[in-house]
Amino acid sequence: MSVDINIKITDRNGVTHDVVAPTDMAMNLMEVVRSYELAKEGTIGICGGMAMCASCQCYVKSDHELPEMTDDEDAMLAEAFNVEDNSRLGCQIQMTPEMEGLEVELAPES
Amino acid sequence: MITTDILIIGAGPTGLFTVFEAGLLKLKCHLIDALPQPGGQCSEIYPKKPIYDIPAYPEILAGDLTHKLMEQIKQFEPNFTLGERADTIDKQDDGTFIVTTNKGTKHHAKIVAIAGGLGSFEPRKPLIPNIADFEDKGVEYIIKEPEIYRDKKVVISGGGDSALDWAIFLSDVASEVTLIHRRNEFRGALDSVEKAQELKNLGRINIITPAEVKGIIGTEKVIGVAVEKKGEDAFIIDTDHFIPLFGLSPKLGPIGNWGLEIEKNAIKVNNALDYQTNIPGIYAIGDVNTYPGKLKLILCGFHEATLMCQSAYKRIFPDKKYVMKYTTVGGVQGFDGTKKEAPKAVVKAIQ
Repeated sequence: MSVDINIKITDRNGVTHDVVAPTDMAMNLMEVVRSYELAKEGTIGICGGMAMCASCQCYVKSDHELPEMTDDEDAMLAEAFNVEDNSRLGCQIQMTPEMEGLEVELAPES
Repeated sequence: MITTDILIIGAGPTGLFTVFEAGLLKLKCHLIDALPQPGGQCSEIYPKKPIYDIPAYPEILAGDLTHKLMEQIKQFEPNFTLGERADTIDKQDDGTFIVTTNKGTKHHAKIVAIAGGLGSFEPRKPLIPNIADFEDKGVEYIIKEPEIYRDKKVVISGGGDSALDWAIFLSDVASEVTLIHRRNEFRGALDSVEKAQELKNLGRINIITPAEVKGIIGTEKVIGVAVEKKGEDAFIIDTDHFIPLFGLSPKLGPIGNWGLEIEKNAIKVNNALDYQTNIPGIYAIGDVNTYPGKLKLILCGFHEATLMCQSAYKRIFPDKKYVMKYTTVGGVQGFDGTKKEAPKAVVKAIQ
C-alpha cells in the first residue's frame, strides 16, 4: 500500500510550503523539491542526485532521525558553502514513512 | 575566422554525437566548450559513475562513454575550441551566424546547434566578502598557467582532487604552498592523498586543517589571507596568490541573452518538428532544451541530435533530394578518406 507523507519545505525566498510526498516512488527530498518546482530548474539537482554538487543542500529543522551520512555526502558538504551543523544533501534523504512531518529549509543557491 | 557547417555549442555526449549524424550527411562540425576537455558533465562531474540506460550498454562509465563517442566521430574530423565560452551570436544577412567566445575567437557557421547542457561550467566562488576585488590580482579560481606561480607564495583552499593535485604540482614550482581545508579529511585519489601527506612530512606543503580562509588582505593585490582555524585565534598567512578550488557549477550564462525563448532555465524548441528554436537556423538539443514531456536523458539527446541534423541539411540544401541511408547499407565514409562498410558476402559454389 502506498503511503504519502507530509513535509514542510521552506524555499530560498523564505516561503514555507506544505507538500505531500509519496514513499513508494523511490523519491528523495531533492526530487520532491523539483517535482513541486520549489527551486528554479537548473539550480537544484545539477548532478542528478549523486551527492556530487551540493546544489540540493538543505537545513533540517525538525529532529527526525535521518539516514546516516555517506562518505560522499560528508565530503561534498565539506566543500560546499553556507554549511551549518544541520546541513544535509536533499538527494540523500529518501522519502520513507519515518520522514512524516520532516521540516527543511533550502540552502541558498551557490 | 573558423568556418564550419554546423557550430555545436557544448561538447557533451549530445554535442559529440551530433558530429556523427552530421558527418553522415557530409556536414562538417566545430564544437565550442567552456571546459578544457570534451565530455561535458560526463567528464567533469562524474567520469567514474556508471550509466545504465544507454541502449545496448548494460553498464558504461560516463568517462568511457565520452571516449567511445570521440572514437565514433573521429573520421568526421571535428574541430574544437575548448576552454572558451560562447558569448555572442550575430546573424548575418545571408542567414549564417558568427559566434564569438569570451576570448574573442570567431566562428562562422551556417547552422548553430546549442547542446549546452545545464550551461557552461563556471568556478564556484567562496563567500569571502572582498574576493571579487582581487580577481586576477592574486585570486584565481582556475589554474591556467602554472608558471605564474614560479617562486611565489601560494595558498590553495578546497578538499577535493583538484585542490590536492594542484598543491602537489605547485610544490615544485612555487616557493611556498599552503593547503587549507575545512576538514582534516581530503577526498581524492588515494595516491594523491598519500603524496600530499608525504610532501607535508617533507615540509614542502603546509596543510592547515580544519580551517577556512575568511578574508583577503591587500590593497592593489593579494598580500595575505586571513585564516580561521577551529579552536584558535584568526591569523594571517602572507601569500602572493589565493587559489580557491571548490569545483565548477553550470550556468546558462550569455546564451540566455541571445533572444531565444527561455522557459525554466532551458531553451524552448519545436519538438514536433526539428528542435529548432524561435530563431531559424539555431537549434537546441539535449539537456539545454525544453518542450512538453522533455526528459533530460543522454539517449533523448542522441535522438534530438539526429533529427536536428536532418533539418539542418534541408536548411543548407533546400532543393537537394535526399533520403536517409542506413549505416549498415551505406557504411560510414569519413572526411579523412576512411570508409567503414559491411564486409561483402562471398558468392562461390560449394563443390
